[in-house]
Formats: sequence, C-alpha cells, structure tokens
Amino acid sequence: MKGKAHRFGDDVNTDYIISGRHKFKTLDMNELAKHVMEDLDPHFVKRLKKGDFMVAGKNFGCGSSREQAPLAIKHAGVAAVLASSFARIYFRNSINNGLPAIVCDTSGIDDGDELEVDLEAGTIKNLTKGTEIESPPLPRVMLDILSEGGLVEYMRKHGQLALE
Amino acid sequence: MGKTISEKILSAHSEKDAHAGDIVIAELDFVMAQDGTAPLAIRSFEGMGGDRVAMQGHAALCIDHSAPSPLRAVSQLHTLMREFADKYDLELNDVGEGVCHQVMLDKAHALPGSLVIGADSHTCTYGAVNAFATGVGSTDLAAGLLSGSLWFRVPDTMKITLTGKLPEGVYSKDIALMMVGDITADGATYMALEIGGQATSDLSLDGRLTISNLAVEMGAKAGLMEADEKTLAFFEGRATEEFEPVSPDADAVYAEHKEYDVTDLVPQVAKPHTVDNVTSVEEVEGTTIAEGLIGTCTNGRLEDLRAAAAIVKGKKVAKGVRMIVAPASREVMLNALREGLIEVFTEAGASVMCPGCASCVGTHQGIPSDGENVISTANRNFKGRMGNPEAFIYLASPATVAASCLAGKITDPRKVM
Repeated sequence: MKGKAHRFGDDVNTDYIISGRHKFKTLDMNELAKHVMEDLDPHFVKRLKKGDFMVAGKNFGCGSSREQAPLAIKHAGVAAVLASSFARIYFRNSINNGLPAIVCDTSGIDDGDELEVDLEAGTIKNLTKGTEIESPPLPRVMLDILSEGGLVEYMRKHGQLALE
Repeated sequence: MGKTISEKILSAHSEKDAHAGDIVIAELDFVMAQDGTAPLAIRSFEGMGGDRVAMQGHAALCIDHSAPSPLRAVSQLHTLMREFADKYDLELNDVGEGVCHQVMLDKAHALPGSLVIGADSHTCTYGAVNAFATGVGSTDLAAGLLSGSLWFRVPDTMKITLTGKLPEGVYSKDIALMMVGDITADGATYMALEIGGQATSDLSLDGRLTISNLAVEMGAKAGLMEADEKTLAFFEGRATEEFEPVSPDADAVYAEHKEYDVTDLVPQVAKPHTVDNVTSVEEVEGTTIAEGLIGTCTNGRLEDLRAAAAIVKGKKVAKGVRMIVAPASREVMLNALREGLIEVFTEAGASVMCPGCASCVGTHQGIPSDGENVISTANRNFKGRMGNPEAFIYLASPATVAASCLAGKITDPRKVM
C-alpha cells in the first residue's frame, strides 16, 4: 500500500472521527464518510485521496464505542491508520471491519509524507524521508479476523471464534 | 501466583488458568446494545448469517440515545431494533426506560462476578458492582449475541486505593475527575482498574458507579470494585439469578498501584475539550454558563438528583441559563417524583427530560449555541460532544452544576450549601 500521510495529534476521539450528531441518523457509511474528522479539520475529506493514510500520536480512537468511526474512515478511502497507540475498543472495531490499525512510532512522519506500508512484513517505509519503521505483530486471533476480511466474514465462515 | 478480579472472572468464564496478557475465548453472561450501536450490530448479525441468538434471555436492547426520536431517520432505526427484538424474543427497553447502563443495573442484568459486554463504551460502569463489564463495538456485540462468547485479552490491572474521608460538598464525581486528571486519557489503556480502600467502601453504590463509569476516560477496559454489604443490599429482591462475587487474591500481581487520600479534595472541574483537563473549581469560578445538565450514566441517579435538588430548593435558576435534568432511568425518575425532587427542579425553573442520554451525546434535548459554555455532570466534554463544535463543555459534580445554574457562572457548591 502506498499513499500520503495525513497527520493528526494525540487523543483523537471517536466524536472527532465521526460526530454523534451525524452517526445517530443513518447506517449509510458513504454519507458518514463525508463528515470524517469534520470538527477537527473541516477540509480533511476534500484533501484525502483514496489509499492515503491517517497518521496520529497516542490513544487514537478514544471515547465512544461507535463502530461508525473506523467504518466512516474506511469508506472515506483511507487505507490504514498509523498511530503510536490506539484506544482498545477502536482498535478491535477497526480490525473487525478489515481496516488495518498499525501501531508504530509515528513521531518521524510529517503531514504529506509518502508512505509505503507492508502489512505482512510489518514495515512502514517513509519514501519522503528515506526511513523505515516497524510495527509489532497482531495477536493471532486478530490476524485470523483480518485475513478473513473482518469479523462478519469470519463468523459467517466459522460460526464462532476459535484460538487455533 | 495470585489473581486479580479480572484474571479470576476471565479464568472462570474461559475454563483456562488465565493471566494478564493471555488471550481467551470467554462465555458471556449478558450482552447489551443501544440505539447508537444496535442498528449496526443487527446488520453485522445478519451479515454473519445469524438466524438464532445464543444469548436469549441474557440480552437487552435499549432505546436511549435519541429517545423519544427527534427525526424520521432515527425512528426508522428504532423500528429496526423493535422488529429485531420481536423476531428473536429479546428484551427491548423502549423510549423512557432510561440510560442503558442504569437499566442494566435496575434490572440486575449486570451481577457480581459476571462477564458482560455492551456496545457502549461506558459499559465499564458495572465494574462498581463487581461485574467484568466492558464496552465493545457493534460487530463484536453481534458475534457475542450470535455465539455466546467473545475473545478477550486478559488485562493487566492498575490497583487504586482511595483513603481518607471525603469532605462536605465534595463527591465521588470529584474523586473520579481527580483520578482522570492524574492518570490521563490513556494512562490505563488496555488495563483494568481495581478500585478499593476505605474511601471507596464509604461511598454509596450510586457514588461508586460514577467512578467506574469514568474508567474508560482513562483508557481502561474495566473499573472493578469488590462487592460488599451495600452491593448485596442493592441486588436483594432484584436479582433473579444466583451470583458469586469475586475478590482478588492477597498475592495478586498488579502492574501499578496508586493511592489517593481524598481528605483534602476540593470540587473538581474538567475544562474543554478533554476529560483529563482537570482543575479545581476555584480556577474556573466565575466562568459564565448558558446551560447546565444534571443526568447521564455518570450522575443521573437518585443520590445525584438529591444533591442537586438540595441546592436549588426554593431558589431560581439564573436568568439566561437553561438547567436540564435527565434522570437516568424510569426507576430513578419515579423515586425522584415520589421524593418531590422533580417538583423542586420544576419550581426552580429547570426542564426535566425523559430518562435517556440525548442531551449528553448531542442528538437533541439541549444542543448549545455557538460560543456558549455548558456545565454538565456527564463524562465527556469533547468538542462537538453536545451537538455543537463551537460550544465549550465543563464537567463537574451535580452539586457544582446546580450551584452554577443558580449563579449563572461556575460556582463552588460549598459556598451555597
């Protein structure tokens, strides 16, 4: 995956990702996708190109359990979110919906940097800066869910969760 | 090696000798979703090919986030929930039953020692009654509803000991805000809190629930307390199933231990726009407010309404201030009515709402105007939280909110008691 980094700070909460005043009205994720990050950066969706990355500091996705947050990000065209840490409910929701949430040291990534992400290898190349960073592997159960394309697909195939 | 409450509950529910860091698949005791998350859970459930519910009799849907519905589109989603509940014979708590978390307690669905998931981040509230309860997203909820189990990473535990004696005019909300300020928004990420000590025991159950409610604002997965005689008294005549409280072993291993003496604590306020932006009321005293909210899963219980009513009784809300009171549940509303608290609020000029979450989450019932300051008993003050990104939200105890509504500016409740 190759794309441009869109840089955000620490503690980006799910209200900022998709505000409660939008999410309670509809299950149409393409509609919600128009409002991603609106309260923090009203022009974000306009600048975003399909396949780009969101890059943040610590505790990305804190706050409410709304699954509309990773879904709206995914439907807006974001290929993956990179952060130094994620809030736990968001992290599960993101994987459950097949949107990679990559834990890595994002401190050296600036807005506009071109990144190349290899999920399998767990490496992130910063093509603009000529640097490379690594991300720790996900637990097996999450890799299994991701490889099926998400938890809905996983459950449809397996009927219930299993560790082996 | 001794175990924490989390390790014991997750071991018992997975039939594994589970320790922090392990991943287990655990059997669930109860699942819950609300109208902000249930529609998506229903879609996921159907996507999974779901045609039966493993959690029958142990699942509840709650219509509380936009209740009664303010919009046609929301009404359609509510209908979807009612039809799904009908189809699978699930408990539906419709408009007016109240905030999902209070309903889960009032109806004794969250029991000591039990494992509960809820598609709402403040599911951690039931930790105060010794349930390992945690928030999940809609798809995790759907998987739990369908199969009766879910995977969990057994969390490390941060032990918190509250000591000393809480002074007059200072409440459990002030303790909770002080903790969030110190631990910060991500200080307990992926961890469980185990909260105890004499000052915790001294709190009423209502007061304890407020502290566990804010566990997620520190990133925590659960905010657990031990059950004691107050916990058992609450479930007396309420619980329809047997339960077994869980205590930690004396040699349990904790990742961190924090101790707070509450003896000299003063009223706390979280300033816009993060919950961990906490200061003493003195620092923000005099800040003009346009709206005050008493209610929510944090502070909408009887004890909270009593504290606020005691302050506004026989007085009037300041000109230009909207004081909104939303009891947490039908049971709380009824008790408040019988005690005359609703009369006190109404006479003081407050507006009493249908039990629910609306004002807190910005769906309707009190969206502030541009540039306005709001003081609220809720648990979140994120920009845009109450429906307007141009407004500013301060969080405080019911007493501080009530005193501020009378003065039209942020006020130390100890000065009007």
